[in-house]
Amino acid sequence: MRHIISILLENEAGALSRVAGLFSARGYNIESLSVAPTEDETLSRLTLVTRGSDEIVEQITKQLNKLVDVVRLQELTEGPHIEREMMLIKIKASGKDREESKRIVDIFRGHIIDVTETTYTIELTGNCNKLNAFLQALGSVDIIEVVRSGVSGIARGDKGLRV
Amino acid sequence: MVLTGAEIFTKSLKDEGVEFIFGYPGGAVLHIYDALFKQEKVKHILVRHEQGATHAADGYARATGKTGVVLVTSGPGATNAVTGIATAYMDSIPMVVFTGQVASELIGDDAFQEVDAVGITRPCVKHNFLVKDVRDLATTIKKAFYIASTGRPGPVVIDIPKDITAERCEYSYPKAITMRSYAPTVKGHPGQIKRAVDLLLNARRPMIYTGGGVIAANGNKELTRLVQMLGYPCTNTLMGLGAYPATDPLFVGMLGMHGTYEANMAMHECDVLLTVGARFDDRVTGDLNKFCPQARIIHIDIDPASISKNVPVEIPIVGSVETVLTEMLKMLEASKKKPDADALKNWWHRIDDWRAMECLNYEQNDVLIKPQYVVETLYKITDGDAIVTSDVGQHQMWAAQFYKFNKPRRWISSGGLGTMGFGMPAAMGAQLAYPDSLVACITGEASIQMCIQELSTCKQYGLPIKVLVLNNRYMGMVRQWQEFFYDRRYSHSYMDALPDFVKLAESYGHIGMLIEKPGDVEGAIKEALKQKDRMVFMDFITDQKENVFPMIEGGKGHHEMRLGPCSAVVPTDRELA
Repeated sequence: MRHIISILLENEAGALSRVAGLFSARGYNIESLSVAPTEDETLSRLTLVTRGSDEIVEQITKQLNKLVDVVRLQELTEGPHIEREMMLIKIKASGKDREESKRIVDIFRGHIIDVTETTYTIELTGNCNKLNAFLQALGSVDIIEVVRSGVSGIARGDKGLRV
Repeated sequence: MVLTGAEIFTKSLKDEGVEFIFGYPGGAVLHIYDALFKQEKVKHILVRHEQGATHAADGYARATGKTGVVLVTSGPGATNAVTGIATAYMDSIPMVVFTGQVASELIGDDAFQEVDAVGITRPCVKHNFLVKDVRDLATTIKKAFYIASTGRPGPVVIDIPKDITAERCEYSYPKAITMRSYAPTVKGHPGQIKRAVDLLLNARRPMIYTGGGVIAANGNKELTRLVQMLGYPCTNTLMGLGAYPATDPLFVGMLGMHGTYEANMAMHECDVLLTVGARFDDRVTGDLNKFCPQARIIHIDIDPASISKNVPVEIPIVGSVETVLTEMLKMLEASKKKPDADALKNWWHRIDDWRAMECLNYEQNDVLIKPQYVVETLYKITDGDAIVTSDVGQHQMWAAQFYKFNKPRRWISSGGLGTMGFGMPAAMGAQLAYPDSLVACITGEASIQMCIQELSTCKQYGLPIKVLVLNNRYMGMVRQWQEFFYDRRYSHSYMDALPDFVKLAESYGHIGMLIEKPGDVEGAIKEALKQKDRMVFMDFITDQKENVFPMIEGGKGHHEMRLGPCSAVVPTDRELA
């Protein structure tokens, strides 16, 4: 099962390595991790995607909660939530591929944010499935590089993860 | 008042009420050592190796319940301390370790004696800090003591760059501290406690299994009252020995790999298991698939992550053992329902049958000293009232089996990490805390050599520790496993080229004794105990072939114990009521 854990972390040196170290030390896996400071500069918000049975994810959240730098924690996948990921992708765009690629970008509501005579750089936002579907749709187009931000998530409704 | 970082360090320790600091100087901590030199409140104990410092602070903490304090230099000072930090972490011992660090502007430059102490210790501390500004130093020290000693205790490391100890700022030590990200739950959920009490009172074959958490929380009185009020059998883990009086008939001995037959069988057949401050360690549970197959489990623990980690639990109660047990006792007293006396009587009959197996039996002949006999003799002579430390291996198990601890904080042993070399330095910490008490270190000839240099520390501070080496010329536990599971291929477990321990002890200024005959054991121990102000190092030449029994082998359950050659014949099985 795929789980998204959202964490408010003290914005201090080494805090991130405590989280990452916990996963490697206890043999849990991190599928993606995104982290940045919040509007309160003493706090970072971290979104972590992991896979495991309910028992393992329960252990993960308990162990994370034990870290002194973890202020609050929420498992987003327990309730209704929104997840987004951003992808930057550079492709070869020459000949007939150039037109076809443009059409696919439009269908997926992406943006071409940089152009050369032979390449496009595309920005696309959505959930994981959408980004994966886009990559698939590109088919035979030659991909030069892909950069994904990792998932960011937020719970639906009026409640928030805050101090 | 404006002070240097080094002065803030000593002042903070004084304001924190620190009595002893165990340490070893070096370049990065010279300012601190200079400040220590100029004050008298905090007594510095100079060890001979940083591992010894951490174990000594650990032994002090285990014996007193206070936080142990360590000071080491950067680089090798810090890395040498890691084993002791990990030992304290695994056994949840409150400790604050200060590591010197190279000057701030040199960090990351691979400077002389530089090591990333915060990075190296991260997986084996409760928390750690790198001090970047002298103005944060006092608050960081306060936080460290707070974190180390509250909740589930553990070691905290503070890494202090050398320049910070020279810089100056206004000093004030915070009286109390709150942290938004750290607030351990102390009080248990009343609804859960009520459910637990109901389940306990409905048990027909109850069992109470308790661990080091009872000792950490000073909950032994509450535990003892609870057990005696209910009349239920109680077992302690290796870490929990002394939490319930071992000579009380309701005590069924230690459980686990080398626990008693009766404790393990009772675990296997119980229908309700109350777990208090224990963590279902693999050496305790045996094969998890065979663990307590009929039991409904209640688990009291201050660490939520310990609950349902290895074994799923029906009634979890997060809170301090002492507080939760107090609540439980109140509810039990108010309850009209009492335990089912008939069922309990049948259950005790069954347990008594297992007891009749006399699983710890051994035979002392008049040729070779049995190691068990040494421990048992020490127990009898000291009336069970010594503080006993141990190293790790066969001698540790025999000490746990044959020294009956009636009080907590008398048994000091590395349970979780299993650190050889722990015993003697830990005894130093205990002896400093209780200079007038008898502190005995039961060890083996292999373990003792791992921190043997501390004999020198014992001399310097006049610590009259009694060291009992059960010398079988083997790493006994390794040899035992090689005998059982590796077809007697004793690969590198023979302790060749042993020193003459008597001469060794004497060369450090202590009394050395060599005891080779069973008939001399009692007299030698009595003679040693007369030496109130001298360390005595007793080298007992013991039976090389002796193994620790009973034993649960790997992959086996509690009911599949291997019994020793001297156990009684299996009694006829009574039907379960």
